[in-house]
Amino acid sequence: MDTPILEFLRVNFSYHTISCETPSLKDISFKLNQNEFVSFVGPSGCGKTTLLNIVAGLLTDYTGKILFHGNTSNPSDLNIGYMLQKDHLLEWRTIYKNLTLGLEIQKTLNRPHLELIDELLKTYGLWDFRNAYPRQLSGGMRQRAALIRTLALSPDILLLDEPFSALDYQTRLNVSDDIGSIIKEKGISTLLVTHDLAEAISMADKIIVLSKRPGTIKSVIPIELSIPNRTPKTARNAPEFNKYYNEIWEAIYDENQDFN
Amino acid sequence: MKTKTSTSVKQQEYVKKCKRNEIKIKLYQLMIFICFIFLWEYAAKNGIINDFIFCSPSKLFITMLSMLKDGSLLYHIAVTLYETLLGFAIVIAGSLIVATIFWWNETLSKVLEPYLVVLNALPKSALAPVLIVWLGANKTTIIVCACSVAVFGSILNIYTGFINVDSDKIKLIKTLKGSRFQCLKLVVLPSNVPNIISIMKVNIGLCLVGVVIGEFLAAREGLGYLIIYGSQTFKMSNVLLSILILCIIAMMLYMILQHIEKKLAEYF
Repeated sequence: MDTPILEFLRVNFSYHTISCETPSLKDISFKLNQNEFVSFVGPSGCGKTTLLNIVAGLLTDYTGKILFHGNTSNPSDLNIGYMLQKDHLLEWRTIYKNLTLGLEIQKTLNRPHLELIDELLKTYGLWDFRNAYPRQLSGGMRQRAALIRTLALSPDILLLDEPFSALDYQTRLNVSDDIGSIIKEKGISTLLVTHDLAEAISMADKIIVLSKRPGTIKSVIPIELSIPNRTPKTARNAPEFNKYYNEIWEAIYDENQDFN
Repeated sequence: MKTKTSTSVKQQEYVKKCKRNEIKIKLYQLMIFICFIFLWEYAAKNGIINDFIFCSPSKLFITMLSMLKDGSLLYHIAVTLYETLLGFAIVIAGSLIVATIFWWNETLSKVLEPYLVVLNALPKSALAPVLIVWLGANKTTIIVCACSVAVFGSILNIYTGFINVDSDKIKLIKTLKGSRFQCLKLVVLPSNVPNIISIMKVNIGLCLVGVVIGEFLAAREGLGYLIIYGSQTFKMSNVLLSILILCIIAMMLYMILQHIEKKLAEYF
């Protein structure tokens, strides 16, 4: 394997307020390889979102080392796509104008980039809605639009922060299937943060279980499912699915008992 | 909002009922107005109220016609409208600029906030006599007076709208590597348009209040001057006519902004 696209070496992070210091992440080391899909699970408040914010370069006050392609470079040199819990489409812009937002900000509104957006719109069934406003779209369509907005910048690393949690169960399954397939097909290295263990197992190549605050890595579980051409939906039918589910459940459950 | 017309009998009946109700309300509103005018005229004609002090609708109408003929009425209206709109424009532009500076520099906003709160709470009519001494009895004083009534509250409200923008939307712009200026341009300002319009609706009225206060004290023209002059010379028809016109101006300015708000509401 080549050098991993992203590597954390003993990273620590704390939040500061006047009254106290709250350690959020402790001694986090992991690798994200090219084309790999890694998912973080753990109890709420264990610093999962913090971890993504650090990768995205929104939080810079950490200790330890972060390597991108083996270099300690600034994350802002890399193209990192970040999908948040809600779609955050801007209501006063049309879908098309929302999708070009990233290009507009980075001043790269040119023909090849716009052609990529057109292609993504057509592939993911939003072409007919390009001139509609976000409120005219269903939750699933909005989330797909948010994904296109992220993909339009051709990210090297994709960060997903519970991107389906605002959707109802059925839409959630469909959208995670869509988006999971899109990511696999494009071969984008991805970090997913989620509460939903089934979702994590169905999408990820590797699951990292975090402990309660301060978040430390409890276990790393590679997911190998014996079905051909797995997609998030078919993965749920894999014979090993339940075994992994129980294994991860135990890892988190143990953790909670420690504190009782 | 137009919906696709699936006109079942029930739907038609429902729409009819709603429309009938709407017309009924409009009719009642009109009836109150007509009854009021009629009673006023009746009471004045029959000596129930003193028509020298309370005037009467017919006298008002005659005064209005004569003042329209010599052009003085339109002139006074134009002066008051001009001062109000100029004051309003300065208030909105000024408070947008100041609120943006505050949004940009949190320390500055924290330092200045208590001063703004005090200035906002101060009854601005108390400032008017001071303004005359400082600036003289002229239009500048009146416009400054109009601004002073509205500007402090306007700054505070617009700033509050700016800092209450969904922080995740700001985070989105940052994840797209946007600068602080781009956060302002792409998220903070557009998401605050409805808020700013509703602040404008309040402020147009306040500016009119400020202009009238200013004209009471420092003018030779305008509706506020007409009221003061009329009351001092016991021309009550002038006073009441001016008040009536102020009502109409206030209502019209408000309705214009409400119309703009409705148009914009489709996009926000």
